[in-house]
Amino acid sequence: MGVVPSAVNVSWLIPLFPLAGAAFLLLVGKRAGRAAGPLATLMMTAAFVTGLVTFVQVSHQPAGSRAFIKPIYDWIASGNFRVAVDLRIDQLSLVMVLVVTGVGTLIHLYSVGYMRDDPRYARYFAYLNLFAFSMLVLVLANNFLLLYAGWELVGLCSYLLIGFWFERRAAASAAKKAFITNRVGDLGFAIGIVLIFVSVGSLDYDRVFSVVGGLGHGTTTAIALLLFAGACGKSAQIPLHVWLPDAMEGPTPVSALIHAATMVTAGVYMVSRSHAIFDASHTAGNVVAWIGIATALMAAVIAFVQDDIKRVLAYSTISQLGFMFVGVGVGAYTAGIFHLVTHAFSKALLFLGAGSVMHALGGETDLTKMGGLARKIPWTAAVMIAGWLAIIGFPGTSGFFSKDQILEGAYASGHTAIWVLLLVATVGTGFYMSRLMFLTFFGKSRLDPEQHPHESPPVMGFPLGVLAALALVGGLLGLGAHDGMIQRWLGRTPANEVVAPTLAAPLPPAPERKTGLSAPALSTLATAAGLAGVAGAAYMYLGAFDWQRRRQKAGFLWRAARNRLYVDSLYEFLFTGAGKLGATALAFVVDTLWIDGVVNNVGRGMTLLSATTRRVQTGYVRTYALGVLAGGVVLLGLLVGRTH
Amino acid sequence: MIDPFAVLTLAATLFAIGAVGVLVRRNSIIIFMSVELMLNAVNLTLVTFARMKGTLDGQVLAFFVIIVAAAEVVVGLAIIMSLYRRKASASVDDAKTMKW
Repeated sequence: MGVVPSAVNVSWLIPLFPLAGAAFLLLVGKRAGRAAGPLATLMMTAAFVTGLVTFVQVSHQPAGSRAFIKPIYDWIASGNFRVAVDLRIDQLSLVMVLVVTGVGTLIHLYSVGYMRDDPRYARYFAYLNLFAFSMLVLVLANNFLLLYAGWELVGLCSYLLIGFWFERRAAASAAKKAFITNRVGDLGFAIGIVLIFVSVGSLDYDRVFSVVGGLGHGTTTAIALLLFAGACGKSAQIPLHVWLPDAMEGPTPVSALIHAATMVTAGVYMVSRSHAIFDASHTAGNVVAWIGIATALMAAVIAFVQDDIKRVLAYSTISQLGFMFVGVGVGAYTAGIFHLVTHAFSKALLFLGAGSVMHALGGETDLTKMGGLARKIPWTAAVMIAGWLAIIGFPGTSGFFSKDQILEGAYASGHTAIWVLLLVATVGTGFYMSRLMFLTFFGKSRLDPEQHPHESPPVMGFPLGVLAALALVGGLLGLGAHDGMIQRWLGRTPANEVVAPTLAAPLPPAPERKTGLSAPALSTLATAAGLAGVAGAAYMYLGAFDWQRRRQKAGFLWRAARNRLYVDSLYEFLFTGAGKLGATALAFVVDTLWIDGVVNNVGRGMTLLSATTRRVQTGYVRTYALGVLAGGVVLLGLLVGRTH
Repeated sequence: MIDPFAVLTLAATLFAIGAVGVLVRRNSIIIFMSVELMLNAVNLTLVTFARMKGTLDGQVLAFFVIIVAAAEVVVGLAIIMSLYRRKASASVDDAKTMKW
């Protein structure tokens, strides 16, 4: 390892800035007044700049020595077991840091405008900063325990932010739902970490990843699947996807930050980070890929029929996360991370754009009450078109390259069935995104005639513009499937293969396949699939087809998708119902009979006992003195008796 | 040189007189004086033991007892005073209301 770049030495500043912002705003509270938003944004900008400087300095290092560990302090030291709070600065964590702080800064800036009239303005920004801190801890951690700490902090912040408008019952329940669903996954994650500790004896990444190949296949698979359970919770994959659509009850910038751009990507990041574990177990990799594709398809189907603009985007997020998991599941880790980055741009943009639409319409989220808005709010429409093109994979935009590489990875690794299903999901993406755009911005206006839409202020418009530019050109990062910038940055190249592979080069190269369809052919198919979806949506929502009348006599499939394929209802029946039944039983049997019985009977016994014994207390001092004397004599007698 | 045994016997006798005084008398002043008698009996024992062992520990402890006894006198007399003001009596049996 060469000279440590100076920025790595101060890399602890990256998480410190948002933490300081959060602490300050939480302490000062309302007294911060209008300054809270700009202050929080400034903190994020500072973190971003620090991250950027670190990135630049690290990128000047030779390719084989771009991983650094910055020790902060020893957290736990017990015998041979040590857990340190170390920051891991390497290619993967730097990409994540830049996404979190970069997109985060833009969303902070947007929030300054969006949350202007909120009575809990300062607290909102405190939570937002705390969230950024948690996410940075998560991505910068150098061992599984610190990762877990960041993981849980992120969960806490999402609870606080989803339930930010807790006066609304729906928001309060959504916050609880998100938290509890995440806990289910986190339980698996925690057991996985314990299993790692039991079988390896350490939680440090480098130690774990270097010996994980030597563990038995069963153990490795168990560890990988338990870790993936945590990823399922955080990244909203089947069967723990139910929380994300409800999380839209939070303020819209929160949806953009947490439920599109950063928090939900934690699972993808974690799987990529632990790729050594997943590489060692094909079973686990296949499970990840299949869950990913199942989620991608299911969420797309549900997104077809949702009318709430944010809910469509939420299911779209779930679907795109499915794509990412297919990527990391089939071993195309760089493609997964690349899609994570481009999706962060486009989805943050779409969510913020949706927020701008809601802002224009006074909080309206129902797509059936929009239409023709492109003429009224042209800037919002323009940027959202950029996000739309990116997410459907229109040639040249960022989503085109990243989605392409996931499809190529799936095809090249021999998962042809998954590849075909991915094409179907791509058609779905094209359809639901175009449906959203057409219903919102094009066609005849279905607005309430009383409404007068107005464009958002520049403080909200500016971040949208930046994100739109990123969504359009972000794909250049990954131009060329195996030798793009991001591939060379993240991937393992022959040059750095020699130097401690787990430390220096985070991700193995994407699988390659010499036979079968060529890369351009795959690309064309993927693009065609996306455009087919767009065409379908155009037929239904732009042309003469009367979708409003068709809806009157909807079929079973429509109703099923409308009801989220009944997954939520099933969970409510299975877990909420059973839970309530169990709780009732416990309340009447255990609580009333047992616990109350013990407490009451102890009290009753005491009353009975004291009714007789309290007579000893006569009130005559001399009686007590006699007692003391008698006691003294007895003690003395015992002492004398023992010595003789 | 006085026989230590004789001194200890005297101390024990004084202690017993004091203890009996505390137990059988009702007048709080007398009880108080009996307590002092017991304390001084203990002091006498301590000093005797110190002499027997040839160390100063017992003597030092006796000084502590004297100081604590002085403080105790202050508190005790104050209690007796306030008892008398309340009940117009110095009998400890009149202060028997604090019971079950």
